[in-house]
Amino acid sequence: MKAARYLFGGLWVVAFVLGLVGVYQRLTNGHMLAGYGSYVVWGLWVAAYAYFVGLSAGSFLFAALVNVLDVKVLKPLTRAALWTSFVSIGVAMLAVLLDLGHMERAFRVFSSPNFSSMMTWMTWLYTAFGILLGLIAWFIYKKNDAMVKALLMVGIPIAIAFPGGGGALFATLSAKPYWHQPLYPVFFVVGALLSGGALMAALAAVIWPKRADVMKLMGRIVLGLITLDLILEWAEFSIPMWYGVNPEKDVMMQVLTGQYWWVFWIVHILIGCAVPIYLLLRKPSSPLYVGSAGVLAVTTFLAVRLNIVIPGQITPELEGLGKAFTDARLSFAYAPTTHEWLVMLFFVTVGLAGLWLGFRFLPLTHESKEVQRNERAA
Amino acid sequence: MAGKELPALPESANQPEADILLRMMADMRRALAKPASERRWVMVIDLSKCIGCHACTVSCIAENKLPPGVVYRPVIEQESGSYPHVSRSFMPRPCMQCDNPPCVPVCPVMATFKRPDGIVEINYEACIGCRYCIAACPYNARTFDFGEYYTKEMPGGVQPYEKAATFEYGKKRVRDHEASPIGNARKCHFCVHRLEEGMLPSCTSTCVGRATYFGDANDPESLVHELLGSPNLRTLKPEANTKPRVYYLV
Repeated sequence: MKAARYLFGGLWVVAFVLGLVGVYQRLTNGHMLAGYGSYVVWGLWVAAYAYFVGLSAGSFLFAALVNVLDVKVLKPLTRAALWTSFVSIGVAMLAVLLDLGHMERAFRVFSSPNFSSMMTWMTWLYTAFGILLGLIAWFIYKKNDAMVKALLMVGIPIAIAFPGGGGALFATLSAKPYWHQPLYPVFFVVGALLSGGALMAALAAVIWPKRADVMKLMGRIVLGLITLDLILEWAEFSIPMWYGVNPEKDVMMQVLTGQYWWVFWIVHILIGCAVPIYLLLRKPSSPLYVGSAGVLAVTTFLAVRLNIVIPGQITPELEGLGKAFTDARLSFAYAPTTHEWLVMLFFVTVGLAGLWLGFRFLPLTHESKEVQRNERAA
Repeated sequence: MAGKELPALPESANQPEADILLRMMADMRRALAKPASERRWVMVIDLSKCIGCHACTVSCIAENKLPPGVVYRPVIEQESGSYPHVSRSFMPRPCMQCDNPPCVPVCPVMATFKRPDGIVEINYEACIGCRYCIAACPYNARTFDFGEYYTKEMPGGVQPYEKAATFEYGKKRVRDHEASPIGNARKCHFCVHRLEEGMLPSCTSTCVGRATYFGDANDPESLVHELLGSPNLRTLKPEANTKPRVYYLV
């Protein structure tokens, strides 16, 4: 166990140092080392932003629903879920900040907001959510359970609104047919629940490996959410493609059979869905199986976000535009550069460090001991 | 801007047989004498006259000192037919300066807006570089300034002409380090800094085939007003409901 800890610690340090190199490059070279351009304007970091926002909303909704619906067996996960939500929203904001052309002007979203823009709404919602998490932390510290519960209820619409709004941020752009579909906000909320739920299952397997009841319930939740996500995905792909005449069909075929087909089929469908489903059905109460299913589902969910952000931009708005002017930035092809991956490592390592620090220094699992004591006493 | 003193044009500019460049400049003088909100700047591009020389693209780059990857007016080449019955056509694509612009409402900080004369402007000092407007444009008419230079790898480094001042939106700027417009969305603005000095947009002045026309559509005596009555007038992607101010004669 000690060896494993050293191994993970060592890997984290290496990854974090590499991440710092990426951030240094970003701060000294601006966006010049990034692979996106003027036609594919959003790349890996925007996908990362969508991913971490989903994780944050999903973790929060998990905590809120468990408390509001009074699911006693999962209540001990509340603080861990709230901390995960806080760390994730922080990482998401970091990702979007580094993606801006002028980070130093980000405050303008507050000083001169344009409320017709979904991006403004999102930023304000994230801020409201951050304040809400702060208040919840305060009332947990003050042991005011009634206020905590009330604030968790208030947070539910916010935590539905911001991943839903994240979907709308893409879906409201009529210029991009791949994104411009009413299903997207719903898809984003379910994706948030799935990634958040899967992360909670993974954490529960590490924190309470002996609680078969927790494992079983978490496993069922993840299984249900994977199924729901797959049904929505089926709708997303099958409806525009069914008769083979819709213009979106070509983009969808690019996702399914193009250069990056393996991102959809291998990473998402096989590793992110099929293997977790198998694990969850095979041994529904095993912490190893449920935890592994959670880890696989949550890590590969980035592939889903990438397959939303990138394909929406790979089709020229006007035929022939891709060849009208020769420049690497005026290309409809995109692959993240090493620099972008390095910065991505920074996001991930900061997130992992945030989680670790929380579990190390905050009473995130204390409640569970109380609950267990109460259960034993009962 | 109404009533600004401009150098006089030759007398022949007001004659019916005047060269179209002179005529359009005379049209502009009349427009500039009116308040900005009463002008309606439009561009008309006659595709049958475009010879695909790319002079407009190049002159735009020279006028606005555009860096690599930033292009305001590419010319799209289209091939049709099959051998031996083939043809090529060319379609310049400036910003459409839409009356219903999808790029304006998406900007989270109101850095891009419609001016009273209809030109869609970008406030470089306010733009945060989120690139939402670029994604929202159905014509791919906006590009992002990554801060690159054509001559960076040359012996002696970036050549002085790449750091010459530009006058976009009427403000003198030297593109250097991370100062705007580096890190901003950029696009065609009908050379608004030239318009206000009584000059035609750079692409219009340099069009070898005299295929690009510019002027005030609110002026019934202007050349563009005359052309807008043509039955073979088209806009790009009318289904997008953007109401472009750039028209094509096909």
